[in-house]
Amino acid sequence: MIDAPLTAVSFAPLAVALPIFGAALAFILRRKRRTQATVTISILIITLCLEAWMLAMVWGGGTYSVTLGGWAPPFGISMVVDGFSAFMLVVSSIVSLAVLLYATSQGMADGDEDGPVSVFHPAYLILVAGVSNAFLAGDLFNLYVGFEILLTASYVLLTLGGTTARIRAGTTYVVVSVASSLLFLIAIGMIYAAVGTVNMADLAAKLPDISPGTQTVLHVMLLVAFGIKAAVFPLSFWLPDSYPTAPAPVTAVFAGLLTKVGVYAIIRTETLLFPGNQLSAPLMVLAGLTMLVGILGAVAQTDIKRMLSFTLTSHIGFLIFGVAVGNQLGLGATIYYVAHHIVVQTSLFLVAGLIERRAGTSNIDRLGSLAKLSPLLSLLFFIPAMNLGGIPPFSGFLGKLGLVQGGAEMGGPLAWTLVAVSLLTSLLTLLTVARVWNRAFWRKAEDAVDPDPLLLVGANGTGGGTYDIVADEPASRYSDRGNTALLPKGMLAMTAALVLVGVALTVFAGPLFEFSDQVAGELMDQSNYIEAVLGTSEGHTR
Amino acid sequence: MSTNITLLIVMGVLFAVGFYLLLERSLTRVLLGIVVLGNGVNLLLLSAGGRRGQAPLYEESLAAEDYTDPLPQALILTAIVITFAVTAFMLAMIYRSWVISRADVVTDDLEDLRVSQQSTFDFEEDSPVPEDTTEFDGDVDLDLVPVKKPKGKGPRA
Repeated sequence: MIDAPLTAVSFAPLAVALPIFGAALAFILRRKRRTQATVTISILIITLCLEAWMLAMVWGGGTYSVTLGGWAPPFGISMVVDGFSAFMLVVSSIVSLAVLLYATSQGMADGDEDGPVSVFHPAYLILVAGVSNAFLAGDLFNLYVGFEILLTASYVLLTLGGTTARIRAGTTYVVVSVASSLLFLIAIGMIYAAVGTVNMADLAAKLPDISPGTQTVLHVMLLVAFGIKAAVFPLSFWLPDSYPTAPAPVTAVFAGLLTKVGVYAIIRTETLLFPGNQLSAPLMVLAGLTMLVGILGAVAQTDIKRMLSFTLTSHIGFLIFGVAVGNQLGLGATIYYVAHHIVVQTSLFLVAGLIERRAGTSNIDRLGSLAKLSPLLSLLFFIPAMNLGGIPPFSGFLGKLGLVQGGAEMGGPLAWTLVAVSLLTSLLTLLTVARVWNRAFWRKAEDAVDPDPLLLVGANGTGGGTYDIVADEPASRYSDRGNTALLPKGMLAMTAALVLVGVALTVFAGPLFEFSDQVAGELMDQSNYIEAVLGTSEGHTR
Repeated sequence: MSTNITLLIVMGVLFAVGFYLLLERSLTRVLLGIVVLGNGVNLLLLSAGGRRGQAPLYEESLAAEDYTDPLPQALILTAIVITFAVTAFMLAMIYRSWVISRADVVTDDLEDLRVSQQSTFDFEEDSPVPEDTTEFDGDVDLDLVPVKKPKGKGPRA
């Protein structure tokens, strides 16, 4: 394995090393904002190309591993590239690149007024490094380290600027994340005590030998730790509490990536470490509750960002549903749905950021006239919103269709209940986004409760007439800006790009579904993974 | 695998104290809880390595099981560094919270309170539709209206 020929996969560690190197560079360049932005963006583009190359290599199937430092597995650290991890890497890098460009454009438009943004770029790169590390990790402890890297970076990003609201939100987030990490670490300690290894391939080979009771304990501990990170009910309370206060690009990238890393870890646990769907029934119940409780929370919200945070947790339920179903159809649909959800949820949060800029608030009670003021913005909201609601022919519909088919194939009262719950959740999602559409975009701003002067001025063309008095008092942070500063071209362009990626997921659904189905097949046969890391399908014998 | 019972008891105490402190409202205590818990987890990792043996330096005469397992110690080292970073960050956050609001307690989310107290009546969606405000008022040609005039006040009234 050490003398393996040089292939795309040999460069897998660079997907982690490059962003960290870039973070150091960006930190040195913190006084030169433009250079810093250029460095960050180019590092991310290089990483994306590298990951696309890896994806191209595993597109036809196959699992490869890289051994770091030449230590033979299971003693050394290995990184594993298979269809699933490469796919997740590429999707996450596309999203993080788009959000970074959005944030940079926002920074360029705003100048230096928004506080210590010089730490944004380094922290962002470290976040990307952590996410890549978690996706590539071939052993549990490296997965833990990956989680910690991304979490620490996310603490910094979430409390950016250190305002009262952000510190308050950050407290909940940090404490919950630390608690989940400690639980994960406890689980690792237990697993090491029981099995004597932390290498995932080695674990997969050896875990079946220990007693079923111990297996269940370890299984549940891992699921609880990952469940907090993935925001599965009842461990999801922290998410809608902490996400909305962060700056729009930060919320967007968190919504896209962080919970999905948790879902990724759950999928690995369920397919590689503890295959056989032993906990399928409890997972199904939790999936159903995640969907329902999340979406009912979303219905009650008036703030777009909070509403989106609730739909985010609600749709994690769909992913858990697919994992719990556990057949190839369900798992394949889950993989497709993860990609769809990352892209769509991130674009919606970016749009929410734009709405907040344009209208001075993201509270739907105070919004109105946006369809008239900015048709492009409403289009950018409309497409991902319909996508999220699962309207055909969008990718949300296709993903849900796959999940429902998976559930139907599984059969049984529980699976059918879950199918019904998922359809109900889709309807309620549609209701929440339709409410935002009706209020923020469709109705007249005059009908809103205490609308921002920005909306009234724009809606009446010149800003003259009855609203002169209101317009003279700039009530919001952005009201002293011209129209171009309200909606910078770069931010619009990046949101549009991400919406287009979402549409591309629909257009290329055929090959993508084929790919995710094949990946699901690979995931369900552990021997691929074990063989790739350890060289034999029996595992390492002591 | 044999374990050290004293270490286990200490670990249990650390976990109990840590989780208790974690549930406090004062951030400083939460931080202490995290530190204590972190040490409890480190002890757990240490016990996971099995019983004590010779230093893990290769020696021909020694059988494999006589060495101390070095891996948990490497894991602990990493865990300590991570806890250290998190502690530093939390201290900075507590200090910031103190500077801003002269308090280190976790406050309730205002938006949460607002949502929980909002009325179930939504003005826009739940208010009765006024009868007389049709937009076609005035320009409706009465001759073209179907002869439902007599009972026209029925459903809408």
